[in-house]
Amino acid sequence: MDRKNVSRIARKYNVYSGKLLGVLEDIQKEERYLSEETLKNVADVLDVPLTRVYSVATFYSFFNLVPVGKHIITVCMGTACHVKGAYRILEVLQDLLGVRPGETTKDGKFMPTTHDKKFTVSTARCFGACSMTPVVMIDGKIYGYVNAKNIPLILKEYGWGEKNEN
Amino acid sequence: MSTVCIKIDGKNFTVEKGSTILNACKSAGINIPTLCYLKDVSEEGVCGVCVVEVKGAKTLQRSCITEVKDGMEIFTNTPTVREARKMNLELALAHHNIECPTCERDGNCELQDIADRVNVKTVHFADVPSFYEKDVYSPVIRDPSKCIFCERCISVCDNIQSVSALAISQRGIRTYIGAPFTHLLTDTPCVNCGQCIMNCPTGALTERDDTNKVWDALSDPDKYVVVSTAPSIRASVGEIFGLPAGTFVRGKVATALKMMGFKKVFDTNFSADLTILEETHELIERIKKEENLPIMTSCCPAWIKFLEEYYPEFIQNVSSAKSPQGMMGAIVKSYFSQQISISPDKIFHVSIMPCTAKKSEAERRETWLRDFPDVDAVITTREFGRMIKQGGIDFVNLPDSEYDNPLGNYSGAGTIFGVTGGVMEAALRTAYDLFTGKELKNIEFKPLRNFEGIRVADVEIDGLNVRIAVANTLGKARELLEAIKSGKERIHFMEVMACPGGCIGEGGQLIPTNSDIISKRAQALYSDDERSKVRKSYQNPQINELYKNFLEKPGSEIAHKLLHTHYIKRHLWEKIGKSDF
Repeated sequence: MDRKNVSRIARKYNVYSGKLLGVLEDIQKEERYLSEETLKNVADVLDVPLTRVYSVATFYSFFNLVPVGKHIITVCMGTACHVKGAYRILEVLQDLLGVRPGETTKDGKFMPTTHDKKFTVSTARCFGACSMTPVVMIDGKIYGYVNAKNIPLILKEYGWGEKNEN
Repeated sequence: MSTVCIKIDGKNFTVEKGSTILNACKSAGINIPTLCYLKDVSEEGVCGVCVVEVKGAKTLQRSCITEVKDGMEIFTNTPTVREARKMNLELALAHHNIECPTCERDGNCELQDIADRVNVKTVHFADVPSFYEKDVYSPVIRDPSKCIFCERCISVCDNIQSVSALAISQRGIRTYIGAPFTHLLTDTPCVNCGQCIMNCPTGALTERDDTNKVWDALSDPDKYVVVSTAPSIRASVGEIFGLPAGTFVRGKVATALKMMGFKKVFDTNFSADLTILEETHELIERIKKEENLPIMTSCCPAWIKFLEEYYPEFIQNVSSAKSPQGMMGAIVKSYFSQQISISPDKIFHVSIMPCTAKKSEAERRETWLRDFPDVDAVITTREFGRMIKQGGIDFVNLPDSEYDNPLGNYSGAGTIFGVTGGVMEAALRTAYDLFTGKELKNIEFKPLRNFEGIRVADVEIDGLNVRIAVANTLGKARELLEAIKSGKERIHFMEVMACPGGCIGEGGQLIPTNSDIISKRAQALYSDDERSKVRKSYQNPQINELYKNFLEKPGSEIAHKLLHTHYIKRHLWEKIGKSDF
C-alpha cells in the first residue's frame, strides 16, 4: 500500500496508543496482507520505527506478511480432528488445489497459495468444533464432517474449478 | 525520602520507597543474578533469572522490575527460587549455540558467569539449531545462534542511540533479533556504533575481526606496514592485561607494535591536531560569514551516518574536515609516502581505534585519495589486545618506547579527542588564539568536562559570544538537533560523539565498560593533556612543519583535496546489501 492510502487509513485514528495495530488491521482488510513496502510506509506515516512495526506485525499470527489468496482455507489440526484424519483432508486439499505439500513461508506458517491466487491453505489447532470433526474453515465459515467426497463440492461454492475471471 | 520496611530472608530492612527488589537486596548485601537487566537502559524483565519469592504473591517475582512495598517479605534463596533460576537459564541456553572455546566472548561472557552463579551444569532441553544465518557483512557481526533474546541490544539501539535498527520478530522457536525482514544489518539504519556489542551478554554480537588482514600484511615482504593509534587506546588497552582502568600505556603500546613488526608507529593524536586546524579554520570562516551554523564536528563516523540518515537537512552544517583517522590515512599515503619514496599502494596503513564505526568509515569511497583505501585495516581495542596475546607479548612488563616521526607528536589538545567534549575544548583553544591573536590563559573548559548527555555553554571570544553544545550518545544528539530545528537553541559550534563518554566508551573498547571505567579513562587522557608541554594544536611543531613543507596553510587547495570530504544524503532502510569488504 502506498503512502497516500496509509495516510488515509491513519487519519481515522486519533489516539496514539493502539493506532499501529488498528492501521495494520485495516490495511490487511483491504490488501489481505502486509508487504514490506506497506510496513515501511506505515512506519513513515505513523512516525514509529520500522523495527517496532515489524515486531508487532510478526507477533500476531493474524497478520500475513506474504500475499494470500482470495479465500483462506484453514484446516483444523487439533487432537480430535487429527484422530479423525485431518492430515488426509490436508492432503486432499493439496491435491485438489495443486499446492505443494510441506511448503511453508519464512515465518513458519503453512500458507501455500494457488497460482490463480484464489485459495490459500493454512492450518490451526482446534476451532472448538470437535463434535463435527474433521473440520475446515473457509473465510471464517466452518464446515464439519468433511471428507474427500464433499470437499470438492465445498470448494465449488468458492469458485474452485471455474475459469479465472481475469 | 520516604522509606518502607521490608523483610529480606527473615531480616528487617528499611529501604527507599519505590526502589526495586533487586536494588533493595543489593543494599542488604545480597547480589541477585541478572541477565537481561541493564541499569537505566534495559529494564524489560524478560529473562526471569532474577526471580525471588514474595510472601503472598502467587508466582515468583522478577526482582528487577518489581517495586518493594511496605511489609513485603522477600526470600532470595529458597529451593523454588534456585530451581526457577536454573530452569530459566537452561531455557535460555537451550537455543544458545554452546561453542565456548572458539567464541570471542569466552572468558568474558555474562552468560557463562551467570550459568556458573546459578550452578547450571547440564541443559535438559534438546538443542534447537537456529533458523537464521549469521550476518557477517557489516563491522557489527550478528550470530543468531548465540542470541538468548534478552533484548539488551534493542534497548540500547532504541533508548540510548535512537537508531532503532534491531527488531525482535516472530515467535516461539522462530524468534529472531536482527534487521527486519531478516535483511542484512547493512540494509538498516545501523550506524555501526557497536553499543549493542558492548551490551550483549553473549557472543551473539561481535565486531568483524580484521586481525588476520593485519598479520597477513605484516608478513608480506612487499608491504610497508605503518600503524596509527587513536587517543583513547593508550588509556584502555592495558585493562585487557589486568592493569587498572585508566592506566596510561602509550609507551608500551609503541613497544608492542614495534615488536609485531610495524615499520612506523604513528599517533592519531597528531592528525587530531591537524583536524583541529582545518576545522577551526572552517569555524572562524563560518562565524565571520554567519553561514551554515551551527558547525558540527565530523570526527565520529557513527554520528555522521546518523545525520545522513535522520537529519540530512543538516549535512551542510557538518565540518567538511575528515576525521583524524581519515587525515592520518591521507597524510600517510601522500606526504609520508613521498618522504620515504615508497608508492602509496605499497604502504599498508593500519589504524587502531576504539570503534567499530571506524571500520565502515575507512570503507567510504568518497574519502579515498585513489582507488584504494587510505586506511587499509581498522582494528578495535579488543582486536589489538587479541593480537598482543597472539604475538606472545608480555604487555605488562614491556619497556616504554617512543612513537615515530614525522607523524608521532601531539599537543595536549589532540589527546583529549578521546573524551566527550574534548574536540570542542581542543578547537576552542586554537580558535580563541587564532581569532583574537591573543594567548588563551585558562585553557581548561571545566563546564565541558563531565558526562552529562547535553552540555551547553557560552564562550566569549573577543567580544563575540559563541554558544557551544556538546552531546554524547545519539539519542542526546537527536534531542539537541530537535531543539535547534525548533529554534529553541541557537548554537554556533556543536560536538557530537555517538557513544557514552565519547571514544573511551566506544563499541570497540573492552567489555564491560561502565561509567566508572569511562571516567577513569577520561582522567588518564586529561592527565596526559596536563603533562603535555604543548597544549594547543596550532603550536604542535610537527604540524607547523607539515603545513610549511606540504600543506601550505589550513584550508588551502591541497589541504582541501587531501583532508576534506563530503557527505551523502541517505534513505532510511536503503538496501546496500553485501559490501565488498
